[in-house]
Amino acid sequence: MKTIFAHTVEGRVSPHTCECGSQPEQMLPAELCRSGQPDLPRLSELDVVRHFTKLSRRNFGVDANFYPLGSCTMKYNPKFTEQVAALQGFTELHPLLPQLRGAGLYTQGALQVIYELEELLCAITGMDAYTLQPMAGAHGELTGAMLMAAYHSKKGNDKTQIIVPDSAHGTNPSSAAIAGFDVVTIKSRDGIIDPEALSKVVNDRTAGIMMTCPNTLGLFETHLSEIVEMIHSVDGLLYYDGANLNAILGKMLPGKAGFDVVHLNLHKTFAAPHGSGGPGSGPVGVNSKLEPFLPVSRVVRLEDGQFFLNYDYPDTIGYIAPFYGNFGVMLKAYAYILRLGREGLLRVSENAVLSANYLRKRLESHLHIPHNRICMHEFVASAVKQARKGVRAVDIAKALLDKGHYAPTVYFPLIVQECLMVEPTETESLETLDQFVDDLIDILSRVESDPESVKQAPRFTPVERLDEVLAARSMQLCG
Amino acid sequence: MPYIPYTRQQQQIMLETIGLRSMDELFQDIPSPLRSPEFDVPRGKSEMQTVEHLRHLASLNSTGLKSFLGAGFYDHYIPAAVSALVNRSEFYTAYTPYQAEASQGSLQALFEYQSTMCRLMDMDYANASVYDGGTAIYEAMMMAVRQTKRRKIIISEDINPIYQSMLKCYTKNLHLELIVVAQKDGLPDLETLQGALDDSCAALVVQNPNFFGYILDYSDLFSAARDNGVVSIISVYPIMQSVLKTPGEMKADIAVAEGQSLGLPLSFGGPYLGIMTCIRKLIRQMPGRVVGRTQDVKGREGYVLTLQAREQHIRREKATSNICSNQSLCALQALAYVCLTGPDGMRSIAAKGMELARYAASRLCSIQGVEMLNQAFYGNELAIKLPMNAYDLLSRMIPQGFVPGFPLGRYYPGMEDCLLMAFTEKNSQQDIGMLTELMRGIIEG
Repeated sequence: MKTIFAHTVEGRVSPHTCECGSQPEQMLPAELCRSGQPDLPRLSELDVVRHFTKLSRRNFGVDANFYPLGSCTMKYNPKFTEQVAALQGFTELHPLLPQLRGAGLYTQGALQVIYELEELLCAITGMDAYTLQPMAGAHGELTGAMLMAAYHSKKGNDKTQIIVPDSAHGTNPSSAAIAGFDVVTIKSRDGIIDPEALSKVVNDRTAGIMMTCPNTLGLFETHLSEIVEMIHSVDGLLYYDGANLNAILGKMLPGKAGFDVVHLNLHKTFAAPHGSGGPGSGPVGVNSKLEPFLPVSRVVRLEDGQFFLNYDYPDTIGYIAPFYGNFGVMLKAYAYILRLGREGLLRVSENAVLSANYLRKRLESHLHIPHNRICMHEFVASAVKQARKGVRAVDIAKALLDKGHYAPTVYFPLIVQECLMVEPTETESLETLDQFVDDLIDILSRVESDPESVKQAPRFTPVERLDEVLAARSMQLCG
Repeated sequence: MPYIPYTRQQQQIMLETIGLRSMDELFQDIPSPLRSPEFDVPRGKSEMQTVEHLRHLASLNSTGLKSFLGAGFYDHYIPAAVSALVNRSEFYTAYTPYQAEASQGSLQALFEYQSTMCRLMDMDYANASVYDGGTAIYEAMMMAVRQTKRRKIIISEDINPIYQSMLKCYTKNLHLELIVVAQKDGLPDLETLQGALDDSCAALVVQNPNFFGYILDYSDLFSAARDNGVVSIISVYPIMQSVLKTPGEMKADIAVAEGQSLGLPLSFGGPYLGIMTCIRKLIRQMPGRVVGRTQDVKGREGYVLTLQAREQHIRREKATSNICSNQSLCALQALAYVCLTGPDGMRSIAAKGMELARYAASRLCSIQGVEMLNQAFYGNELAIKLPMNAYDLLSRMIPQGFVPGFPLGRYYPGMEDCLLMAFTEKNSQQDIGMLTELMRGIIEG
């Protein structure tokens, strides 16, 4: 499909211009102005609308396709949350307004949303306080690691290492490294953390552990209490990667289980759509040990019920975001939580885990499942058998696209060969799950009868198999 | 059960398939002492009740104020077509385009976004966005640190102070040396900046227009940086970029921006858009996602995420950055905005703000004791000196429905009598007239 630049017609005037009496060059000396106009599209509004509408048709989204992308929790995003996030009273609000003396009165509704969402997240995770500032899950991880560093530095602890199991999310080690820690990786045993392996690396240098629980194999870390004790015994801290919270919502409160820091992905568990890769929102919750270090500003409620921004926290790590986080995303999560309420949230985890186990069970005789036991919200299958026939996980993924399903996550986690990580979520119907199974079984039977046909997939998407090696080599990154 | 489709009977069938008797058994791996009955969340509401509650909260925020507040975040008109396009659910309900063939819409849009940002900034490459303008500066700094293997960073104090706070926070544990060179009356101290450049510096960070609204040409400074092997980073205001000398023309190495002004609502601070562009040489240091053009097996053009070997899912603790999400939808929004305004529209929007700022300057300076902070060239934002404390002025004007600007004393001690005022096409001469008279009344008594 042509790019937007190819639609440009010289001399066509774009629809959105301002009437203005003077030219920029009359107001500024030539040496401060650019030499020519930027070479941007000159299009009619209909040109633009048609182009983007055509682009949108070349995309899979949850509204049109099953999206069993493991670790991504692609559930249905209710429509009313879009409506509330678009309310003018929220969208037109300048973030600096409450920072001006006397103007906080004009932002009470927005501050209330932040305050109450923090309270709700505390209740949902068993933590004592939250910051909503982190703008994505990995940003939350970085914030969490920085909070851990601040805690140790305040106590005068000389701790330089963070332990990350090989079954944790890939961002965990990079977040710890970027916060200034050395990363110590430990190998899992039977898909979960091996307390013995852990005990060998825990020492006085241990600042903490970053855990994904359930982990990226979809398994709950059954030695959790032992791990908590071991880490706390050296004054280490436990970080809970909450990207997989959908699995345990209301079933286990990470704060009560012994975690000191938690991040959540509001766009996953709380159904704020992820916009083809962002924006997200990655709030971080802490227990009272770590609360003094949270980023500023923080929203507090005065005795008269008014909300205001407080900056008076001498031990704060500082500013993680320019303002209060991705407010538009928070609004959607806040509305979603209010709509579901206690019972609704409990049912989320129950049905998410139910659908994952149902798929696992229906697929177990067709795909190798390395840790084939009760899983949480997702499970990892392996196409090792198929790979021996020359058909790899990526080929199966592409063949699923032809059936109208988005593919599972492939080649992640790195510890399973040829893996396909499946997360169906609670909002997909049984009919959809069954259709997915039937389609996958059909693909797997073709691996036996006609493997070449699978390797040629996808055939019915807007383009066929794309050459990733060529893309990296030719580096055409703009046009 | 909102949004959960299973009937009781279906749940039963599913449990039987799994070989379990109850839902509870699904959670058998969570040890019972950890199974918490506490879950103190209120009962659910209907959709109607929830929407009503949110409408009420929205109504508690006043949007009727006449505002001249900018400070890096600007209230521009957003054409209706922008949200109509971004609200297509094929875009907003999709995830990161891991399967390129099923995500050509998002991928091509991001490729076009990258191209647009390169054209606007006059730079070679762009990534597919980072969180915001502040994280863009931080990531640019880290690119420079990796490229030069040096640890000193020179920052001009007239870059947005909100971002300065973020940079300090992000680098606290990284053994980097941030040297902030003080501004003088709202202008960068070019001589001191140049003097600070040496072969131990990784990066130099400046902003144009700067935080005080002043427009500068950094060509000479960047040339001095280059002579010392220092990476030049410039943060810009994208709307003004349709008029101003480009980062490319000044020979910057990395140009970044807060993209909020390109069709994104202020929305109380987010989501916003971190724009990052760089010269050819630095592309392998660029963090985040990058979309590249390629071909399918039949030779048709298509797009994929590329250069992923730098990223966290492959390199884990050795990754270029930990960025996983970006701001794809916001990037799409900015692209749609740029396409709908075009180069002429964007230039006219920049010119309108500048024209109103000049009109305001002439009116406001007729108030006794009000003067320009200095005589340098400015764009759509201007700094004035008042004969009183700016905070006091604000607290008397806000109850009358006017937010005259941002008090500079909040970030710059000693500038308590200075006010920073921004103008966009949403303001009018009439509003500026009313503002002037109200201000005159307070100042002249």
